[in-house]
Amino acid sequence: MRPVYLDNNATTRVDPEVVAAMLPFFTEQFGNASSMHAFGSEVGGALKAARQQIQALIGAEFDHEIIFTSGGTESDNSAILSALETQPGRDEVITSAVEHPAVLTLCDYLEKRRGVTVHRIGVDSLGRLDVEAYRKALGPKTAIVSIMWANNETGNIHPVELLATLAHEAGALFHTDAVQAVGKIPVDLKTTAIDMLSLSGHKLHGPKGIGALYVRKGVRFRALVRGGHQERGRRAGTENAPAIIGLGKAAELAIQHMADEQTCVRDLRDRLEKGLLQRVSNCFVAGDPDHRLPNTANIAFEFIEGEGMLLLLNKAGIAASSGSACTSGSLEPSHVLRAMNVPYTAAHGAIRFSFSRENGPEDVERVLEAMPPIVEKLRDLSPFWQGEDQAPAQFSPTYA
Amino acid sequence: MWDYTDKVKEYFFNPKNAGVMENADAVGDVGAIACGDALRLMLKVDPTTEVILDARFQTFGCGSAIASSSALTEIIIGKTIAEAMTITNQDIADFLGGLPPEKMHCSVMGYEALRAAVANYRGETWVDDHEEGALICKCFGVDEGMIERAIRANGLTSLEAVTHYTKAGGGCSSCAEELEEVLSRTNAAMVAEGVLAAGEAFDPATAVRPVRKPTPRAPVKASPLARAAEPEAAKPKLTTLQKIKQIEQAIEELRPYLRQDGGDCELVDVDGDTIFVSLTGACVGCQMSAATIGGIQQRLVEKLGMPLRVLPVQVTH
Repeated sequence: MRPVYLDNNATTRVDPEVVAAMLPFFTEQFGNASSMHAFGSEVGGALKAARQQIQALIGAEFDHEIIFTSGGTESDNSAILSALETQPGRDEVITSAVEHPAVLTLCDYLEKRRGVTVHRIGVDSLGRLDVEAYRKALGPKTAIVSIMWANNETGNIHPVELLATLAHEAGALFHTDAVQAVGKIPVDLKTTAIDMLSLSGHKLHGPKGIGALYVRKGVRFRALVRGGHQERGRRAGTENAPAIIGLGKAAELAIQHMADEQTCVRDLRDRLEKGLLQRVSNCFVAGDPDHRLPNTANIAFEFIEGEGMLLLLNKAGIAASSGSACTSGSLEPSHVLRAMNVPYTAAHGAIRFSFSRENGPEDVERVLEAMPPIVEKLRDLSPFWQGEDQAPAQFSPTYA
Repeated sequence: MWDYTDKVKEYFFNPKNAGVMENADAVGDVGAIACGDALRLMLKVDPTTEVILDARFQTFGCGSAIASSSALTEIIIGKTIAEAMTITNQDIADFLGGLPPEKMHCSVMGYEALRAAVANYRGETWVDDHEEGALICKCFGVDEGMIERAIRANGLTSLEAVTHYTKAGGGCSSCAEELEEVLSRTNAAMVAEGVLAAGEAFDPATAVRPVRKPTPRAPVKASPLARAAEPEAAKPKLTTLQKIKQIEQAIEELRPYLRQDGGDCELVDVDGDTIFVSLTGACVGCQMSAATIGGIQQRLVEKLGMPLRVLPVQVTH
């Protein structure tokens, strides 16, 4: 049975062209880019070319605005910590309630241990940011705003260009975690007021363990990882040349395929969504259908639980993900769905299907065939389900 | 992500005894849709023998939850209510070949649903008094609630004591920071309540972290060119009487801790390097008795400075 991979927001398959571009840098052009000899200088040239490929993908004005890091998480940590260090009079951070843990966990730590005031802007039931609350939170003590370009669970796209402009009016820096957006939707930084941006290789058919932080020319920056003089002293450590070359190639391919993302991939997602909503009762899309990534479908199925669905999907050869409590380490459901006030009848039963340019219509067919019986099986097991024509069973637990 | 045993997978993909029971004699509902875990257990009970003739379940929850619920029904069918009530959540987990530590609470839910159903059968209400917190120690599956209860019940003020009582932190020790936080917080609350002297409370600034000692290196073979080493002064060997006295003393030092929990330990015999003890009272059948024996062994080895083995025995008086 051919496996169907629909968890591309978690990670993507590395494009074979990317692998081919990386390989010579393991055994042939293996030198340390900082070395004086020919082994080093030939790698240095390749790194510069990769930097320019990423510059092109995100519309940065200069190639030296790109700093290579170990991934999105390091880029997020670097940006926020740097902003606090370079602006000693300002000790407030604004972020959203739906950020990735790479940002939220750091903010929790800063709040608890470093006396930083953190504002977490809420969202409405469709996952749209409360821009009014954001305006009110901005102030003279705001060091940095960090709000993601697109949400990993729902695919919602936030109005980061507008938010960046507002941040500048308050004298604050603006950072965006664009890990999910880059490669899926066009990003043109030079036309925006965005100061810093994080991106990650393995979300755009590049290798894992590599990412970049864009820092606008002129923005003061303090390194997180200190040591040698690599990346102009902004991120020490011998460059992961093969991975950087891979990231560059992935960026080049992303530009080439960008139109496909907006058309073919979007079409597949729409067909899956429509098909499921038609075939299965008591389910709905979690997110803002009008401002969403073209590849993400997050669908909440009432009265059943996410992990159960994933196990049965996995058995049917289909890979997807969920933000239910059981699939996380804690007993809390996805913080994104909770921030959207998705009712508990559905919050534990949301499944995320995320497409890539490697999926096809047969994948949609497989899911449409597999899901209805899976939902039926779990609903038969559930004490909360009484059939779609009747109200859900009255269930009063001995303890709540 | 989870490492589920084949049995857990089997009981999830093909659950036994799932569904609604018509005219059930007892129904127990636990959990809530908000928690992501809910179980309704239905029983058919023979009124004279109190044998559970049939059991059905409905579960809202993950793979472990559904598997645990199904396993529970299989375990209790055919048993009397009294027999069924002796089943622990560990029995459910063992039946399934084990559950990941993050999923042990699913087996606890089964245990509680049974209690709720039995209470319902008797016309009583069952009150849940167990509070589960975040899972802190993954190696041993110890949650925050259990650690806090152990700290309060035993007046614990050090990381070592917490590990001794709950096993938390005794594996990989990655949770040491979090344990210190729970200890700090709980001790501070106990001081505020007046049940602990401020001077005795855990202080993270001055606490000594138990660190693994370096593994002794294998002795390097002396080069034939080296001068012969001075012969080491022979250590005085303990007489059997002295050894037994020291063992008795060490055990006496440990008995108060065990007595606090309603258990006890007696020295039964010594045979060369092997020490036989008998655990009594609440220690019998306690899930932590293995850890207790281990603790006794460690204490004795430290005190006598020689390798020893402690084995539990049953004593019939």
